Amino acid sequence: MVAVEIDTASNASTKTGILTPDEMAEENAPRLMGTQQFVTFAIGAEEYAVDIMQVREIQAWTEVTILPNQPHYMRGVLNLRGIIVPIFDLRCRFDQGETEATSIHVVVIIAVGDRIIGILVDRVSDILTIDGSEIRAVPDLDDSGESDHIIGLVTAGERMVALLDTGSLFRHEIMETELDDADDAAALQA
Amino acid sequence: MDEYEQFKTTYFAECAELLGDVEVQLSALSTGSEDPEVLHAIFRAVHSIKAGAGAFKYTQLAAFSHEFEALLDRMRDGRIPVTETGVSLLFRASDILSAMVESAESKTELTGNFGSQILDEISIMVNGKSSAPAASKETVNVATEDTSESEAVTVYLIDFAPKAELFKHANEPLLIVRELKTLGELSATPILNQLPPLGKMDGEEAYIAWQFKLTSKARLDEVEEVFEFVTEDCSLEITSEANLDATEMEEDIPVSEIGNPASPANTPPAAKGPVTAAKVTSIRVDLDRIDRLVNMVGELVITQSMLSQQTSDLPAEQFPSMVRGLEELALHTRELQESVMAIRMQPVKSVFSRMPRLVRELSAKLDKKVNLVTIGENTEVDKTVIEEISDPITHMIRNSLDHGLEGTEERLKLGKPEAGNVTISAEHRGGRIVITISDDGRGINRKAVLMRARERGLISETHTPSDDEIDNMIFAPGFSTAEKVTDVSGRGVGMDVVRRNIQALGGRVSIQSNPGKGSRFTMTLPLTLAVMDGMIVQAAGDKYVIPIPNIVESLRPPKSSLKQLPTGQSLVSIRGSYIPLCFLHRIFHLGGAITDPAEALVVLVESEEFGTTGIVVDELIGQQQVVIKSLESNYKSVAGISAATILGNGKVAPILDIEAIYRISQQDLRNSPLPTASDGLSGVLQDSLARTNPQLATPSIG
Repeated sequence: MVAVEIDTASNASTKTGILTPDEMAEENAPRLMGTQQFVTFAIGAEEYAVDIMQVREIQAWTEVTILPNQPHYMRGVLNLRGIIVPIFDLRCRFDQGETEATSIHVVVIIAVGDRIIGILVDRVSDILTIDGSEIRAVPDLDDSGESDHIIGLVTAGERMVALLDTGSLFRHEIMETELDDADDAAALQA
Repeated sequence: MDEYEQFKTTYFAECAELLGDVEVQLSALSTGSEDPEVLHAIFRAVHSIKAGAGAFKYTQLAAFSHEFEALLDRMRDGRIPVTETGVSLLFRASDILSAMVESAESKTELTGNFGSQILDEISIMVNGKSSAPAASKETVNVATEDTSESEAVTVYLIDFAPKAELFKHANEPLLIVRELKTLGELSATPILNQLPPLGKMDGEEAYIAWQFKLTSKARLDEVEEVFEFVTEDCSLEITSEANLDATEMEEDIPVSEIGNPASPANTPPAAKGPVTAAKVTSIRVDLDRIDRLVNMVGELVITQSMLSQQTSDLPAEQFPSMVRGLEELALHTRELQESVMAIRMQPVKSVFSRMPRLVRELSAKLDKKVNLVTIGENTEVDKTVIEEISDPITHMIRNSLDHGLEGTEERLKLGKPEAGNVTISAEHRGGRIVITISDDGRGINRKAVLMRARERGLISETHTPSDDEIDNMIFAPGFSTAEKVTDVSGRGVGMDVVRRNIQALGGRVSIQSNPGKGSRFTMTLPLTLAVMDGMIVQAAGDKYVIPIPNIVESLRPPKSSLKQLPTGQSLVSIRGSYIPLCFLHRIFHLGGAITDPAEALVVLVESEEFGTTGIVVDELIGQQQVVIKSLESNYKSVAGISAATILGNGKVAPILDIEAIYRISQQDLRNSPLPTASDGLSGVLQDSLARTNPQLATPSIG
């Protein structure tokens, strides 16, 4: 199990390349107060991103334990230093078939609310620093409902990156018990 | 005062414990205990509360506990006989005391005359006559306002020379001076003759002594009380100059009891100093810290078993010391884990001790006479379990009192003793704790239960359930047979919530009833919610853990012992009884498992909910103590799985929820009955099956 801890600062500078003086000036400009950083990762040619503050760590893929009757896009659960973390196949979640995971595939461990989940992707590509104003709304074109899971779109150079709403993406897997608890509490109070 | 916040927290934690003790001892007293130690214990607890209250200036609390203490003191040396009314008064006084502690803790104000009625009663008992309400109020205010008018002004001369220890024990003369000042007019003369030249002064020594002249209406013991915490660490002499007024004779009694007024070293805390010193064998630790320790030890156990797995085929002759070292590591880890778990073990007494009170109150409310017997209150169980069992027990006791026990008249008519009996007992059995609550009441009215169940559509009109099944229907959701809703119980939520909560802890609950004779709730729970002995099994290449306490035996049945019912239910005949089988691969939809039970393994598991059933798995891997990890902290709950653990290889393995697995397998059978050609089971077999597994042929009502 190789854990790659993300060092935000060093990655940002190495991966985005050396900043030009203009960019440096922009960095320091007060209008960039709304700057956000995103970790981007890819499935095939498509790029997705999550808020860097959500990302706990990045691991190489290891075998996981399959749970009975898990959803088809779930790979199983992983032991992350004593806590049990469900791992989801992002490609499969978007109905693009199952990822044939190997040790070069990557699991991004993220926090969604007070829950920790992992998403299996092909590779982690970048750390993106963007201003809030650069985030474009998702055109409401398809009726698959999948666009609900995208908060917005960002253009990074030539590429288009979709910002994921992980909470809504895996809502059914991570929210159900909370509702149940609430029911229980209500029953107890009744 | 915020600087004392930390100490206050400790004080209130202590108060909670002390009040708990008082409760226990009072219960003992109310059941007619004549052990003098009981009253001593109550006295000590109340005294400790008073001392703290004084230190933190909770005047109302201090004043009340002072009077309470006075009553106790007279009771313990026999000047006031311990009568039923007396005990009842003690009970009520302890209520007031806890209300006051609570209000002090939550920083809410109680009315000035809160508890004054009890104070009156106390003073009637203490003084043998009723004191005017005004007088009792004065006692309440004794520490805030200087005095009551009936007492004379006394001039005290106090020689006070602190020793270095006083400072080491974090006391401060200034605070004492301030405290004295609240009692009356104070003048202080420092005595500096011990003061060395500046160059020779040691910063940690105490050089200054004082002579105080206090003009106060306070009694001598009140003055002494100011020095209560420093008597050991100073030389102190208190002399009273002025003549004592006649009215103080009565008030003087506590002083003479406390000891020689001139030698304050005999004040109660000092007198019982050696006793408490001997008792201090425990420390107070934050539960979070223990939890962290338990978690880390859990990780250590996993790492250790991983190490021993990885090195199991290490040639011992080549690495003798390494192999020996690993063996020792295994031993030590196990021992460490047991010790750590033992830290959290507590006797169930802390829960049981609350029950006499509950029964007392309920029996008064319901106008039923009840004797409560508790057995095995020193049975130890993990702290996490203790926290969870209080509610279910309370609920079941309420149920027994309200629904189980008859009214006094009815009991007499039935020829039963006037007072009903309720027994709570706890014992260890097979690595679990078994708590039973039994009563000698009317038992379950099966007719009413059955009618209600039919009314609510819990069972079909045509089905005739067994007695046992009917009894356990009281655990069905939304079920209540009480004809009228009382404020004690009967709101329709209850026993189903109890069962669900107990099951969530990996426990089970059931009821046995004997009409006319009484009923008994049996609740079994794991001793701890953190570790468990598990059997690791394999099905279709995946590993699962079955809790060892559930396992009866495992076997590979001969083909001839296997049968199938027309419903599709597979059975195995073992020593004359037919046991239903659950196929793990079917329940979990696993491909590639062994489907023929004659080639696979059958693990027989037992549960109070369904009796015995066999779980078909591919093979047994081995037995291991497993650390229970919640699956639900990051994922939804999974049917058939109660939690997970981490195996020696670092992989997660699900822990099976036996009851849920049985339910799923029954559900699957109903949804898709397998067509069977010709098994031709005789009616006799069907019957014997129904006897061993009453729920098998019927929809489960859990």
